[in-house]
Amino acid sequence: MADRRIRVLIAKPGLDGHDRGAKVVARALRDAGMEVIYTGLHQTPDMIADAAVQEDVDFVGLSILSGAHGTLFPAVVQKLRERDAGDIVVFGGGIIPEGDIPALEAAGVARIFTPGARIEAIVQWVRERAA
Amino acid sequence: MSSPSDPTLDERVAKVLAGDVRAAARLMRDLDDERPEAFEALKRLYPHTGKAAVSGVTGLPGAGKSTLVDQLVTRHRARGRTVAIVAVDPTSPFSGGAILGDRIRMQRHAGDPGVFIRSLATRGALGGVSRSTRDVVAVFDAMGFDEVIIETVGVGQDEVDICRTAHTTVVVTAPGLGDGIQAQKAGLLEVADVFVVNKADRPDADRAKAHLEAMLELDAPAGDRWRPPVLATDATTGEGVDALADAIEAHRAQMRASGEWARRERARQRAELTERVLYLLRRRAEVALERTGGVPALLDALERRETDPYTAAASLLDALD
Repeated sequence: MADRRIRVLIAKPGLDGHDRGAKVVARALRDAGMEVIYTGLHQTPDMIADAAVQEDVDFVGLSILSGAHGTLFPAVVQKLRERDAGDIVVFGGGIIPEGDIPALEAAGVARIFTPGARIEAIVQWVRERAA
Repeated sequence: MSSPSDPTLDERVAKVLAGDVRAAARLMRDLDDERPEAFEALKRLYPHTGKAAVSGVTGLPGAGKSTLVDQLVTRHRARGRTVAIVAVDPTSPFSGGAILGDRIRMQRHAGDPGVFIRSLATRGALGGVSRSTRDVVAVFDAMGFDEVIIETVGVGQDEVDICRTAHTTVVVTAPGLGDGIQAQKAGLLEVADVFVVNKADRPDADRAKAHLEAMLELDAPAGDRWRPPVLATDATTGEGVDALADAIEAHRAQMRASGEWARRERARQRAELTERVLYLLRRRAEVALERTGGVPALLDALERRETDPYTAAASLLDALD
């Protein structure tokens, strides 16, 4: 019998078009044996939550470099809860000031990775969280 | 295992039949992960299947399959039909992971409850679709979707499993992907019910279309047999996609009228049954081989050339009886 395969949705909410980081993370998770659904740029929180539910993912990873994380990250968490999918773990990364992190975590974002984060650390965190 | 009054199972099946997206999505995952209890649910759903019209879209990587599917969905929705999409992408043979990126080209249907997109990884299957594709199609069918579109991985010549799952197979090509002789080879081109030359805005599109048409000339259809049309589309603008939707419908109508639909359904069910039997046999063999524990000794003997794989396999099978 096959094992439970970890499924992750990687999405870019909002208006910035810089998806290099998102693609690097997607690739690293793939290389760690996970199935990664990549939805591309300019996603609204509703689009992300709908895709996460249809794809039955364990995680939603958000990347944002525009500064709108304070609005968009909690909105994704909220939209998932509205769809009875609050169990899907949301994490994020991008240009996010340390001072913003406590508020994001209080809003239900499980973990924020800032630009210094090592890619292996992200993969390991996802693995451990899934176990 | 399947007791008639299992409340969890009953609830799960009822939710899927009622169109509950979360319940259906989880069931699809459990089927993909080959969980035994998921197949119990599928047994209950099976009587509710057989209504959806299933089409397959296949062709070379980069031919424009996802964009074309996105456009087809728009046409189906305009005709009042609900649409489910099974989008298959390859699993890495090294890590077992996958990047599933077909949704990128299917954004315009976001928020439409009449559209459900599910991405699947091949997980080692070589025929262009995953083992679970058929099961996921059955879940969509039981949910009541009118149309199911399967988008295969980018395929070359020999990955033709799609024609054993779909009622209508659309083979997508694009200009510059091969000369006339490619079209004469066996395999993919033989399973097409409809040909599409996408990227019709390219200068050499007419020639690619002519090559395909010339090949089909040689295969003169007898009597009322369906003759695969060759259509030109530009999926980016949507040009030619109405004609494609019409061709798919015409193919269905003709198949129903000629009795070919029933023949294909039967062939499909035979393929499914055979596949299922082989799957169960393999599972049983794996468990039994594990239990007999004779494999390491045989491997040692093979290494010393004291036996050969043919004799060894036969002796293992004898031990299972």
